[in-house]
Amino acid sequence: MLRFLVRRVLSGVLVLWLISLFTFGLFYVAPSNVPRMICGRLCTQSQVELITKQLGLNQPLPVQYWHFLDRLLHGDLGYSYYNSQPVSTLIGNALPITASLAIGAAVLWLVGGVAIGVVSAVRPRSLLDRAGTIFALIGLSMPSFLIGILLLYFLFFKLTTAGLAWFPPSGYVGITSDPLEWAHHLLLPWFALAFITAATYVRLTRNQMLEVLGEDYIRTARSKGVARSRVTIRHALRAALTPVVTQFGIDLAGLLGGAIVTERLFGLPGLGELAVSSVTRQDQPVVIATVLLAAVFIVVANIVVDLLYAVLDPRVRLG
Amino acid sequence: MSLLEVSDLHVSFRTTDGDVQAVRGVSFELDAGRTLGIVGESGSGKSVCTQTLLGLTTGARVRGTARFEGEDLLSVSEDEFRAVRGAKIAAIFQDPLSSLHPLYKVGWQIVEMIRAHEPVNRAVARRRAVDLLGLVGIPHPAQRIDDYPHQFSGGMRQRALIAMALALDPKLVIADEPTTALDATVQAQILDLLLRLQQENGMALIMITHDLGVIAGLADEVMVMYAGRAAERADRRGLYYRAHHPYTNGLLESIPSSGAAGARLRPIPGQPPSLIRLPSGCAFHPRCEFAMDRCTREQPELVPVEDGVRHASACWLPGRLLGTTEEMKRARQDAGAAGRTVERVPGQSTGQDAAVEEGAA
Repeated sequence: MLRFLVRRVLSGVLVLWLISLFTFGLFYVAPSNVPRMICGRLCTQSQVELITKQLGLNQPLPVQYWHFLDRLLHGDLGYSYYNSQPVSTLIGNALPITASLAIGAAVLWLVGGVAIGVVSAVRPRSLLDRAGTIFALIGLSMPSFLIGILLLYFLFFKLTTAGLAWFPPSGYVGITSDPLEWAHHLLLPWFALAFITAATYVRLTRNQMLEVLGEDYIRTARSKGVARSRVTIRHALRAALTPVVTQFGIDLAGLLGGAIVTERLFGLPGLGELAVSSVTRQDQPVVIATVLLAAVFIVVANIVVDLLYAVLDPRVRLG
Repeated sequence: MSLLEVSDLHVSFRTTDGDVQAVRGVSFELDAGRTLGIVGESGSGKSVCTQTLLGLTTGARVRGTARFEGEDLLSVSEDEFRAVRGAKIAAIFQDPLSSLHPLYKVGWQIVEMIRAHEPVNRAVARRRAVDLLGLVGIPHPAQRIDDYPHQFSGGMRQRALIAMALALDPKLVIADEPTTALDATVQAQILDLLLRLQQENGMALIMITHDLGVIAGLADEVMVMYAGRAAERADRRGLYYRAHHPYTNGLLESIPSSGAAGARLRPIPGQPPSLIRLPSGCAFHPRCEFAMDRCTREQPELVPVEDGVRHASACWLPGRLLGTTEEMKRARQDAGAAGRTVERVPGQSTGQDAAVEEGAA
């Protein structure tokens, strides 16, 4: 157990270090002139040189990387080239928004996807099952921006022009300032994001359930005279859920790094939005920080999921 | 009144290839405290037959009656059936590893069984589960109750399943190949255990197996099944020493016995028939070395043969030809040849061939 944890954390750190190296190196592969961009077109050459020196961009690349790493390990993410704000502040502002979006959507798609999957599996080839399959197919084949646009068009634009302003157009309200408005503003983005992901969970849950329902231990449970609903939930779903939980951990972690399309569509200034705009501005410190943060989520989620696997299935031994 | 009276049970499953006729008119009865052995190859319908008694054949079309303590299980509501299942009729299955839920502790699974039928609290049910585990011979039951199934050995898992089946003192236990997945030495222990518990509790037992040897020392009566029908029914002695049906005799001759070392085993030629397209007449005729013309046309019913009261066989051969002695074999061959107009090789013929033969005859 401890050995497993140490090994996984070490390999996670190695992965993160490699990612930092690649992201850092990428900026010097692509042609760019950061000081010129910061300063503007009317800058004199001496001003550009001054900025270059201030940012340390005149130093050899390994030295620059070393300084970056040194600062990073001391918890200093640097300052944005674009607006000189501390990167930690920018991320601190964006993270709660992305987390609100991702976690809310995750709850929706997990509950919805698993519920539809279970119902489909319990009554295969029924009307409900077919409806679930169609739902899954639409969700799987629909691009995420399309469902967002459709939701916005029908539930925001159409309703609002009809005088029913049920949904706000865009923006974010902090959960601490007004929890109701927070949820109100996030409702459409949650649905947009959950819809496309839920489809995967419908299929995964349905397939797992169908497999488990054919197992001998389900026959045993039924032969015991246990109620049908209990057989479905406590016996079958419990066993079918293990791979679902694994998938869930990875999916959620991926979204915590930023849901670019949904954030942009609904005007949510989250991590994805921050990453995209920083890339276009060649704002290297912010880009590296967002990429690393997303990687941290994935690495941590992988370790957590493996630990969870051992908790969910007593036959699994970590080592 | 018998404890269990099954009469004219039919079970079929609809598949894309056609209807699978798993059970085609099986009748039997079983008195309290007695043991019935059901023997047959895989696909003979022996498991489907008993799973129907537990209401486990979902999606199947079931016809006939199965009276348990006078009540027809096949026409009661799902809730009434559920109350019987586990409490009055309990089951033990073949593979104890896959039959126990891998993610729950053994004790939890026994406690669940008790609490599904009796309004007792967790602590009481747990104490009973510990006693049950001790009863079936699991050492240190108070500790082992918190083990997961994968921490048990194969024999211990089957013991745990038996403990679970006995938790509510059922009137009838259905054991579906309970020893097939176990080592030979463990097999004997488990059979001994079942027998001892049956004597102590006075429950009736249906023992399903493909191995006549397993039920030799166990069953009061034996029913041999072939292609969804009863081929022969007899008490244990009648079946082993005076079998009538060629299929039963074939099974007896294919048992390796330690007494007849060096003797050649005589396997039954051919394969069991498809339950979707059954041979005409007697389903066994394509594999039967004594098959007569009549066998390809008419399906024999289970009728008494000329010895005991309860010995019956579904075969057109004369009812006096019993047992596997050389004399009887010759008599059967003569009887078969007399009823035959076309020479045939058993094991080669199929249902379709039989129809052709019939046309030729």
